Amino acid sequence: MQEHPRSIYRIVAPAKGFVHRFLYMGLVLAALGLMLLSKADAVLMERVRAQVADAFTPILDAASRPMATVLNFVDEIHALAAVREANEKLLIENTRLLQWQAVARKLEAENASLRGLLKFSPEPSAKFITARVIGDAERVFVKSLLLNTGSIEGVRKGQAVISGDGLVGRVVDVGARSSRVLLLQDINSRIPVVVASTRARAILAGKNRQPPHLLRLPAGTVITPGDLVTTSGHGGAFPPGLSVGRVISVGKAGVIVQPYVKFDHLEYVRVVDFSLGKAPQRSTGKTDRKPTQ
Amino acid sequence: MKPAFWHKLDLWARWSTPFGLTVVLLIVGVIPLHVPGFGVVVPWLPLMAVYHWAIYRPELLPAYAVFIIGVLEDILSGLPIGVNAVIFLLIYGGVLSQRRFFVGKSFNILWLCFALVASGASAANWLLVSLWNATMLMPHTLFFQFLTTVGLYPVLAWILMRWQHTFLREE
Repeated sequence: MQEHPRSIYRIVAPAKGFVHRFLYMGLVLAALGLMLLSKADAVLMERVRAQVADAFTPILDAASRPMATVLNFVDEIHALAAVREANEKLLIENTRLLQWQAVARKLEAENASLRGLLKFSPEPSAKFITARVIGDAERVFVKSLLLNTGSIEGVRKGQAVISGDGLVGRVVDVGARSSRVLLLQDINSRIPVVVASTRARAILAGKNRQPPHLLRLPAGTVITPGDLVTTSGHGGAFPPGLSVGRVISVGKAGVIVQPYVKFDHLEYVRVVDFSLGKAPQRSTGKTDRKPTQ
Repeated sequence: MKPAFWHKLDLWARWSTPFGLTVVLLIVGVIPLHVPGFGVVVPWLPLMAVYHWAIYRPELLPAYAVFIIGVLEDILSGLPIGVNAVIFLLIYGGVLSQRRFFVGKSFNILWLCFALVASGASAANWLLVSLWNATMLMPHTLFFQFLTTVGLYPVLAWILMRWQHTFLREE
């Protein structure tokens, strides 16, 4: 950088101007080239993305904590204001849940005996990795989250990510210390699901701002609003049975599903370390688990 | 010898602040805010910064710095790499070529021009991402982001101006 004062007119001095213009055009072309490259060679770009995200993770982690603290504080105040009402609601819900617990226990016992009868091989159990959301780039056209855990903790590409309410999305990029989750509302998201009552398999496709809809439903399935949608486990990386959402409308626009998760309030999520990268071997009937890499 | 070295160091530090500030704004734009529905209307902070520095101190934010910022924004927000790089570079080039026009104009003119620039940038964003995904995306949410971006511009411009006057005074 020279120290002599620059006035506007120097910028358009011919020789310097030409070089600057050349560099500038070069950079624009390089940017367009990057776009094409990321379309053509997604793996390389993902690695670059993961490295850069790793580098920024400590900063984002630290920067997102103050905001979270402030919001927790605000939530606390709201909660204090409504304590009595909340208490009554919780008591009612508690009684209802105790009833459900009894039903669930009965069903569990029945399930176990039926499995025994059929010699059904159970799913390998899943491990969970808790992660904090440090980047919530809910931009206009991309629905993804940045988490502060990466391959060091065992996160792998393709794993399911859940919160307390249900399925959040799928891991698409993994760095050493960070990972990116594609939310199920993103336009590129495709999740194999099953509609609980009919056991019909379909693909849940995101539509960005609008609720996601189901694709590839078998012809002739009857779906009613209110049906539960859960993951089907096809493809192997997702455990089956994760709750996704509820059908809210069936019509010309297709079958629209409202996800259970409130995507605006995610702070901690869990990454499901399930099938160890391979589809479950149903025919063997064994439940041996290989150690994760 | 020594005073000249520290002086040079001081100057380098000051000159790198436009780039540094833009990166900070980038990070602020990505931090989760947990406000329902707000995520979509996060104002496009790096755009405001690039516009501002392109008008006032383009020599401190050269084209390659704008490129790096665009790529960083793409990486951290999950967009296809290169989209924001193209947009920011085009804005930077456009503003630079019209810099003569901006000399001595009032703030309102600058704001109006920024609104124009932001609308162009939003449209380009929509177009590029639609092309990359090979589908037509819904543009109506862009409009709200455009509104918050244009609305917040005076605040950010004021902050950047104060910074400029305090730390980058030597012409």
